[in-house]
Amino acid sequence: MAGKVKWVTDIEKSVLINNFEKRGWIQVTENEDWNFYWMSVQTIRNVFSVETGYRLSDDQIVNHFPNHYELTRKDLMVKNIKRYRKELEKEGSPLAEKDENGKYLYLDFVPVTYMLPADYNLFVEEFRKSPSSTWIMKPCGKAQGKGIFLINKLSQIKKWSRDSKTSSFVSQSSKEAYVISLYINNPLLIGGRKFDLRLYVLVSTYRPLRCYMYKLGFCRFCTVKYTPSTSELDNMFVHLTNVAIQKHGEDYNHIHGGKWTVNNLLYLESTRGKEVTSKLFDEIHWIIVQSLKAVAPVMNNDKHCFECYGYDIIIDDRLKPWLIEVNASPSLTSSTANDRILKYNLINDTLNIAVPNGEIPDCKWNKSPPKEVLGNYEILYDEELAQGDGADRELRSRSGQSLGSKGGRSRDSGRTVLTTWK
Amino acid sequence: MLQEESDLSLTIAQIVQKLKGSNLYAQLERQAWGSWEKRILKSLNSMCTELSIPLARKRPVGEQKELLNKWNEMGTDEPDLSLFRPVYAPKDFLEVLINLRNPNYENGDSLSFRTHLGLIQVPLKVKDIPELKEFFVELGLTTGQLGIDDSTQVPPELFENEHVRIGQKVLVEQDSAAAQQYIRQGSPTALRAELWALILNISSQPEDILYYEQLKTNVIQHDLLVDSLIYKDVKLTASNDDYYFVFEDYLYQVLLCFSRDTSVLAHFAYNSASPPKSYIRGKLGMEEYAVFYPPNGVIPFHGFSMYVAPLCFLYHEPSRLYQMFREMYVRFFFRLHSISSHPSGIVSLCLLFETLLQTYLPQLFYHLREIGAQPLRISFKWMVRAFSGYLATDQLLLLWDRILGYNSLEILPVLAAAVFAFRAVNLMEVTSLAAAEAVLADLSTLKVMPLLQIFLFATVT
Repeated sequence: MAGKVKWVTDIEKSVLINNFEKRGWIQVTENEDWNFYWMSVQTIRNVFSVETGYRLSDDQIVNHFPNHYELTRKDLMVKNIKRYRKELEKEGSPLAEKDENGKYLYLDFVPVTYMLPADYNLFVEEFRKSPSSTWIMKPCGKAQGKGIFLINKLSQIKKWSRDSKTSSFVSQSSKEAYVISLYINNPLLIGGRKFDLRLYVLVSTYRPLRCYMYKLGFCRFCTVKYTPSTSELDNMFVHLTNVAIQKHGEDYNHIHGGKWTVNNLLYLESTRGKEVTSKLFDEIHWIIVQSLKAVAPVMNNDKHCFECYGYDIIIDDRLKPWLIEVNASPSLTSSTANDRILKYNLINDTLNIAVPNGEIPDCKWNKSPPKEVLGNYEILYDEELAQGDGADRELRSRSGQSLGSKGGRSRDSGRTVLTTWK
Repeated sequence: MLQEESDLSLTIAQIVQKLKGSNLYAQLERQAWGSWEKRILKSLNSMCTELSIPLARKRPVGEQKELLNKWNEMGTDEPDLSLFRPVYAPKDFLEVLINLRNPNYENGDSLSFRTHLGLIQVPLKVKDIPELKEFFVELGLTTGQLGIDDSTQVPPELFENEHVRIGQKVLVEQDSAAAQQYIRQGSPTALRAELWALILNISSQPEDILYYEQLKTNVIQHDLLVDSLIYKDVKLTASNDDYYFVFEDYLYQVLLCFSRDTSVLAHFAYNSASPPKSYIRGKLGMEEYAVFYPPNGVIPFHGFSMYVAPLCFLYHEPSRLYQMFREMYVRFFFRLHSISSHPSGIVSLCLLFETLLQTYLPQLFYHLREIGAQPLRISFKWMVRAFSGYLATDQLLLLWDRILGYNSLEILPVLAAAVFAFRAVNLMEVTSLAAAEAVLADLSTLKVMPLLQIFLFATVT
């Protein structure tokens, strides 16, 4: 079928619009016949809500899954991962193996987290076990570091107590819901500063799971040297890596924006050696895939959908990666020139995979793009392929055996590795 | 018989000329350096007078304590540097080099030099491509290289695995000469820090750590004017660099100590330059009151901190980082900003670059000259900094592997010429210096080893 793709967006970002225009696609409004809609998360809620009764036709695709919040809301992500782990445990899967302290050997990648106010009492029990620890409070539905604060005393979160006289029915609504997680107070520091990793992951289908990881992620550094000192718990410039926060810091630099491309983590290999660095990256890929597998059963695998997530990962000083959160709508704002190029290419490669040949889509296609169009994406996990190879390969590698030659490839150009456990 | 006699006299005459020439070269170096040095010192002194800041002063105790407290984060809360300016920038230095003349020029024995159309007018001997191919034989097409043969498309069994194994063996045996030979094919990322230390014979003994701590104490106790210059340089260059901004604080810790390290003075024995001298106030010209200033004899210029920055990717203990940088400086980097006739000296490197371009890319060379874009004006800054800040980190480290492996900086002009060759098509279309600069502004995507290999071994000359 000839004819150009008709696109709509409610996100006015040049990295998007330039990509549509360079393909010769035609801009339309959402009331007209459109083929491709890059929507904000508010819009996707409306499109798939029961009241609107929107029906997408075969030649329409959108950039979000209807219930992406199962992964991208902080409380639901944790709930789904906890549920997934329990299921695996029940099945007797070796993946759910625990150590002598009761910690999952392979699935402990989310810091201990509770929902407030629902789990308040459970949290208090945990808090009292190590009263000198620091916890981080995050509102479930917000982004960009808004509303986040650190606590080290129970009194600081009195109002989330279920029995609290100050709590009213209003605070039970999802707007006030918070998650509280054990704060990782021993982050890996480079140049004395805390940083996190932003990695982009494209999911084209959840069942079977097919996901791609963008090779060009980046590290976001704090502008201020890290200190776990309790006197600096309020200093967001020390603790929160969000650019939205850091850019207001005194030492924020507009040229590099406090960002490092993931390639530069060759620093880790140079100073710590190849084995531990390869293991770190392998673990990062592992936790991304496990998080997707955790939500796959509850995800509405609508064939009109694909999604590009922004994964936030923190590495601690023992080189263990932790999944902090997943963003459904990773920022397309560019803070520096390099940023703009990166995000432009990200959208370009995403569109090449999601809309094959740049032609009017047919959502019934098999969602298996040829290797040549991947651009800077690499296949992270392809369930169909993996099942073809036999599921027990996965288990063998996970029980600590050597990763083999492919798993141990050098990191010096930041290439992601096709791990052996596919 | 007559023919032989005249041949003989010609040969003798040439030898005499060469000998005379070499003496003249030495004189030339001293003269040129002498006047340049005077200029720099004058600039430093006038900055001193203008800003009423002494070249050196002892810090009051309170200030010492403060500095000690923020030793690990000197990047924050810096003093007001707006009135300071770098003593000189690479382009100033280039002007000096361009104006170097050998008074013996018209009797020079290299006829071809008369047709040299570049900026450097000193007829030093430089290698041509056949000689470079021999010198850099391990970079040839049939030898495995890191930076080429370790890419994802190449199965590691073909080269990478074995190369890593050999590297580990070299380290176990602590064989410095073998390491130097080995690293010509590039160093695996995980082994590089140790290999470089082995090649440079740096081992971190307790006395080395003590020495570094002593330097640190000097920094705490005394403030030097050059400190502000160092601050300024770091803030202007490394702090804004995409790769090195993270290590800003390390740079202060290294460079402030470096300027107080009198052991660096020893390198002036083989450097034709001499350390700048200053005189105690009121005792100008009286030799017994002369001190070297700064104590290490090295006045930093704009971009100096970029010599240290890449090393931060390898060493994170300050004393080890310091040792490695100091050794790299006294072996290699000093040649990039002092005048000499050494084959790795900046003058020879510039000449090598221009000669390569004029000989093997004549069309491009002439075109750029025509539009007022002498190639050296663009490539000079790359070479003075050994490409630091211009290449991506992993590529830069692969390049510096070869500097260590061949104990020579000649790879820098070869790479510079290779870059021009690579972008020749675009460069042929530009019509101004600014446009040429734009074509060559971004080298961050370049892969150095393929470029070098193609230029040296795969171009039909």
